[in-house]
Amino acid sequence: MALDIEKVRKDFPNLAARGRDDKPLIYFDNAATTFKPCQVISQTHHHYCHRTSNIHRGVHYLSEEATAEYEAARDKVRRLLNAKSLSEVVFTKGATESLNLLAQSYARPFLKPGDEILLSTMEHHANIVPWQMVREMTGCVIKVAPINDRGEIILEEYRKLLSSRTKIVSIVHVSNSLGTVNPVKGMIRDAHAVGAVFVLDSAQGISHEPIDVQDLDVDFCVFSGHKLYGPTGVGVLYGKEHLLDSMPPYQGGGDMILSVTFEKTIYNRLPHKFEAGTPNVAGVIGLGASIDYVTGLGWADIIVYKKELCTYGTKLFEGVDGLKLIGTAADKAPIFSFVLENVHPHDVGTLLDREGIAIRTGHHCTQPVMKRFGIPATSRASLTFYNTKEELDIFMRALRKVIGVFR
Amino acid sequence: MSVHSEELYQQVILEHNRRPKNYVKLEPCTHHSEGYNPLCGDHLDVYLRVSPRGVIEEVTFLGDGCAISKASASMMTASIKGKTVDEARHLFDEFHHLLTKELDPEKDAHSLGKLTVFSGIWKYPSRVKCAVLAWRTMKGALDEEKTVATE
Ligand SMILES: Cc1ncc(COP(=O)(O)O)c(C=O)c1O
Repeated sequence: MALDIEKVRKDFPNLAARGRDDKPLIYFDNAATTFKPCQVISQTHHHYCHRTSNIHRGVHYLSEEATAEYEAARDKVRRLLNAKSLSEVVFTKGATESLNLLAQSYARPFLKPGDEILLSTMEHHANIVPWQMVREMTGCVIKVAPINDRGEIILEEYRKLLSSRTKIVSIVHVSNSLGTVNPVKGMIRDAHAVGAVFVLDSAQGISHEPIDVQDLDVDFCVFSGHKLYGPTGVGVLYGKEHLLDSMPPYQGGGDMILSVTFEKTIYNRLPHKFEAGTPNVAGVIGLGASIDYVTGLGWADIIVYKKELCTYGTKLFEGVDGLKLIGTAADKAPIFSFVLENVHPHDVGTLLDREGIAIRTGHHCTQPVMKRFGIPATSRASLTFYNTKEELDIFMRALRKVIGVFR
Repeated sequence: MSVHSEELYQQVILEHNRRPKNYVKLEPCTHHSEGYNPLCGDHLDVYLRVSPRGVIEEVTFLGDGCAISKASASMMTASIKGKTVDEARHLFDEFHHLLTKELDPEKDAHSLGKLTVFSGIWKYPSRVKCAVLAWRTMKGALDEEKTVATE
């Protein structure tokens, strides 16, 4: 059964909000963050109205209930990713923190000078900078797999860069600035063939397609709740149990210990070892609700509909004179990055904003991509399942007006 | 476009964007600085030739940026050429106050002239940096700073 988009849209109150100058809003900035359905909002609301308490340490009713809901959300993530066990699901504050955790607790203790980390040109700064920080501390080397003019990783080059020196490969699943969906399953196999550990940055991928960490055989996978229709300030690190077990804690504090004396502290078992301090309880519960929401809609229908949006949008963009799409991979999410001949992205963004249309302009935290294409910035329209072809039509009319202003 | 957008993208601004004034490298020059907006990658060079008595004899710029930053740079060169360094610094202060709505061009005394076309920009906090980039860079050049970043 196809998605009933009108009905789905009613679940997202923010879609009814107004844009600048009280214009009806068209929200095409879903790669930055997604709107949250009522189901998520009401779950977090419910927590604050009825279950406010700290978890894992209370003997009272509210705390026990909140702990159960928090741990139930962990199981929802486990099922979403098809992880083997709950020990493999660590809550963080987002994809960025998950990557920093890996850099500091996996890479930093284990890498030796000359060991290599392999990234790609299309990585988000969150999947570059933490590794550079580790490079400073360990003397390891960072290699970069190049991309072609369509914005796809050149797989032959990727394979050539893999060697026995490669210890970590960290690659984006779906590029936030190009829309490219990377063929990660094969890339993971290649990385394993040289004995490297594979980190998958699924910040965008998590809302694009279901991820089966066992089928992919991926070692680590990270994402943020807020790009999966969940709250901000909560994210996930998935890791194979034996790897997480071998890693020292990232932060010290409450909850991550079994016992503390000044002579010796015994760390808690997984996954709590990596969850120091009071976590984002309401956020985790909200993330659980967002997973329920997405799986309730059904992946198959979401995928079909987003593909349709992608095909329809691509055709429209290609029909605009003087417009160049940046990112034309064969396998793509409905993320349209583009540049116009005579109009700077910033001006596009401001003028569309005046029409109530929200897009993002700039380098999208992927400066190496901009450099690769020889541009300072792009305008980016990123769509998801609550967007419509009608919105794309309105967007195109507004875009043509923008072009007209600069003629 | 709606009436409102014309407030920001007025003909004057579009015209300066299309055909920027003093858009050339100045050689020789006495002062030069490079301005950069890390947020959007916009980037421009400002060159000045200042006489021993402190008069800006020539001022030019080159660079890449949005219409707002380019028009602002172009109009800046037109408005400070022939002024003394002190007058240019003072004009920058006034311009900055205009952008942040601390100066009301209708009520307060000022010598901004055509620069008041930028008055609507305070409604767009993210764009104030675009309008101010060239000015910051000009001031940086006078203060002997090689590079200036807005942030
Ligand atoms: C591909 C990718 N990786 C990582 C991140 C970082 O996510 P967050 O800022 O939620 O930690 C983003 C966010 O834009 C992203 O798109």
